[in-house]
Amino acid sequence: MELFNFSKKESRLYMAFMHVTFISLLVGGLMGLLQTLVRSGKYTLPFNIDYYTILTTHGVILGLVLTTFFIVGFQFSLMGKTVGISDKQLMWGWISFWVMLVGTVLSAWMILTGEASVLYTFYTPLRAHPIFYIGLTLVIVGSWIAAFTNFRQLYVWKKAHKGEKSPLLAFMVVINMIMWFVATLGVAYSVIVLILPWSLGYVATVNVLLTRTLFWYFGHPLVYFWLLPAYMAWYAIIPKIIGGKLFSDPLARLAFILLLMFSIPVGFHHQLTEPGIDPTWKFIQVVLTFMVVIPSLMTAFSLFATFEITGRRKGYKSLFGWFKKLPWKDVRFLAPFVGMVAFIPGGAGGIINASHQVNSLVHNTIWITGHFHLTVATTVILTFFGIAYWLIPHLTGRRLTPSLNKLGIIQTFIWAIGMTIMSTSMHIQGLIGGPRRSAFSEYAGGDQVSTWISYQMWQAVGGIILFVGILLMFYIFIQLAFFAPRGYEEYPIAEEEVDAEKSPKILENWYIWIGITIALILFAYTIPMIDIIKHSPPGSIPFDWPIGRS
Amino acid sequence: MHLHKYEKVWIVFGLASLVLFLLIIGFAAFWKGTHPQSHIETIDPQNVEANESFQPDNLGLTEVADGKYVVNMVASAFNYDFGTEEDGTATKTIRVPKGSTVLFQVTSKDVVHGFQVAGTNVNMMVEPGHISRFESVMKNDGEFTVVCNEYCGIGHHLMFGTVEVY
Ligand code: HEM
Ligand SMILES: [Cu+2]
Ligand SMILES: [Cu+2]
Repeated sequence: MELFNFSKKESRLYMAFMHVTFISLLVGGLMGLLQTLVRSGKYTLPFNIDYYTILTTHGVILGLVLTTFFIVGFQFSLMGKTVGISDKQLMWGWISFWVMLVGTVLSAWMILTGEASVLYTFYTPLRAHPIFYIGLTLVIVGSWIAAFTNFRQLYVWKKAHKGEKSPLLAFMVVINMIMWFVATLGVAYSVIVLILPWSLGYVATVNVLLTRTLFWYFGHPLVYFWLLPAYMAWYAIIPKIIGGKLFSDPLARLAFILLLMFSIPVGFHHQLTEPGIDPTWKFIQVVLTFMVVIPSLMTAFSLFATFEITGRRKGYKSLFGWFKKLPWKDVRFLAPFVGMVAFIPGGAGGIINASHQVNSLVHNTIWITGHFHLTVATTVILTFFGIAYWLIPHLTGRRLTPSLNKLGIIQTFIWAIGMTIMSTSMHIQGLIGGPRRSAFSEYAGGDQVSTWISYQMWQAVGGIILFVGILLMFYIFIQLAFFAPRGYEEYPIAEEEVDAEKSPKILENWYIWIGITIALILFAYTIPMIDIIKHSPPGSIPFDWPIGRS
Repeated sequence: MHLHKYEKVWIVFGLASLVLFLLIIGFAAFWKGTHPQSHIETIDPQNVEANESFQPDNLGLTEVADGKYVVNMVASAFNYDFGTEEDGTATKTIRVPKGSTVLFQVTSKDVVHGFQVAGTNVNMMVEPGHISRFESVMKNDGEFTVVCNEYCGIGHHLMFGTVEVY
């Protein structure tokens, strides 16, 4: 497989995205720490800062900004490595970066001045300042520019390599960006057509259920948009780091195609307890939700197959002896591996959340927060850290030294311990009814509430440990970006086995896969959408005061 | 495309457990009738009194048959209106005997709220323009806190009530 070497100006683009990522980590992490402290009941925020301003900052910065910047930057680098980038595409890369950054700054400005304490889900009829919505729109539009640049990159490569199959990682990037584009169309429509004119006062009312439904049409694929880059690393990069080969190219492609098809038509599973949606359609989307079990199990299979094959090749024979041969002392492997382990309880919790009826036990309790701090804030984030340990020195022409590697291992353990404490206590508190997205409160002061508060103390303990982990990670980032010794760090991409089977051509037939995806979306959404619009109640006027805007 | 033997076993195992699982929740939903709440019934959020259930006199607890109760509530930022006591003060606690069947009916006058009787399976979104309903048998006694579990503004954590089962 031919790989392209990055030029200086190319590296600079990819690094720009990484800088925003790690600054976001620091800022967002600080907010997370403050949240847990407030919720412990022992701490009050200074300067009259409101809890929900902090929480909005945390959700937007970590859930939307950090993730999108890292993913777009990492995916650009994958495309640059495998299919190359032209000067013109590089320019579009910069345009996407700046559009996203301007959008981020606009939104952040509104959030920090208290004009947009609406959380990252910005449910109507709470009304934020129009500039907040404009900022979010720009972040999405910026990411679309990146998506179309990626499509163009693969197209150009294909034309130059007639009849060859596309590089696996480029294929995966394009799948992720197609999914992202199709999913963000929903939220973009909601913001631009429904919310923005209403927030500016040009339209008197808004259809609350419709905006919520369009949000969740995007909100669930959003979590797969976070996850797929982690899968890219698991399938095609980790094997190289542990000294093995790609397990199966066609299997990986098939898994990604299935994830594309089954990640969008499922948004109702976030709306199971909502009054305005027909229960039968909720059930249908629950069934579609569970289809991602198939590619998930395929992924688990191929990962462990790679681990075992590689370990055995290195000479370990007994049933589990190969396990010892894995490079446990290499943080590029260890961090993503701990992430994979967290995905086991994370995925199990997801099955509970998505279950038609059981959902009502946990819906909107802090169990949910525990769940996504395992999946996103551990599985995905630790994999992103694992990538950063080689990507950043590769881009800056430095080396991951043994001492930085050791610090990384310590960082991974700190994260694992902090998150175990925080997310376990969130899960338990949620099961006994503690609500999510809530500042400290003694409510009616009964026995029930006092048990919640003891779990909130534990969350603060976990939060403090996690914040130490964030400081350490930020330090490592600064070292890798500016101070580590000059040298060469490999960009690890796994090769296929010499005798690997050919991938069937059909896997690259975009018309079929995009067609099926659209058909599934139409099936899952057309009738309920008509229902929602036909049965809509009188619209809702905007409300500013509940979020503290005068 | 060739699949490894173990891989086939694994996929068949995965698919079979998937089907079994879906059959169980489908059975519970369509045969046992345990759907989550969904009534698709609308109301004007700016005039909830137009609906009989939400007129001031009808808020709070009503016994409709032996051991059967209805609780009507109007949620608004940041309060649940359970009606008033005989002396005119706002009702904060709903009292029902153990084992009774209670139908909770809620709507919102302003923004989106949640309604969860913590520690039970009564948990619903309350949206302006819609009526939320859920019927449940109160099997355990004790004091249960009603919490708003959907962010509704900066007083969200101050919005609560109590259900006492005796
Ligand atoms: C220092 C590490 C972290 C701490 C202490 C922390 C803490 C918290 C807490 C306590 C909440 C719930 C607040 C509430 O429901 O009232 C929360 C929410 C959230 N966290 Fe974190 N978190 C951390 C890292 C992360 C990371 C790395 C991500 C994502 C990549 C993340 C994403 C989110 C999101 C999206 C929410 C939901 C916000 C909402 O419900 O509007 N967190 N976090
Ligand atoms: Cu509320
Ligand atoms: Cu609330």
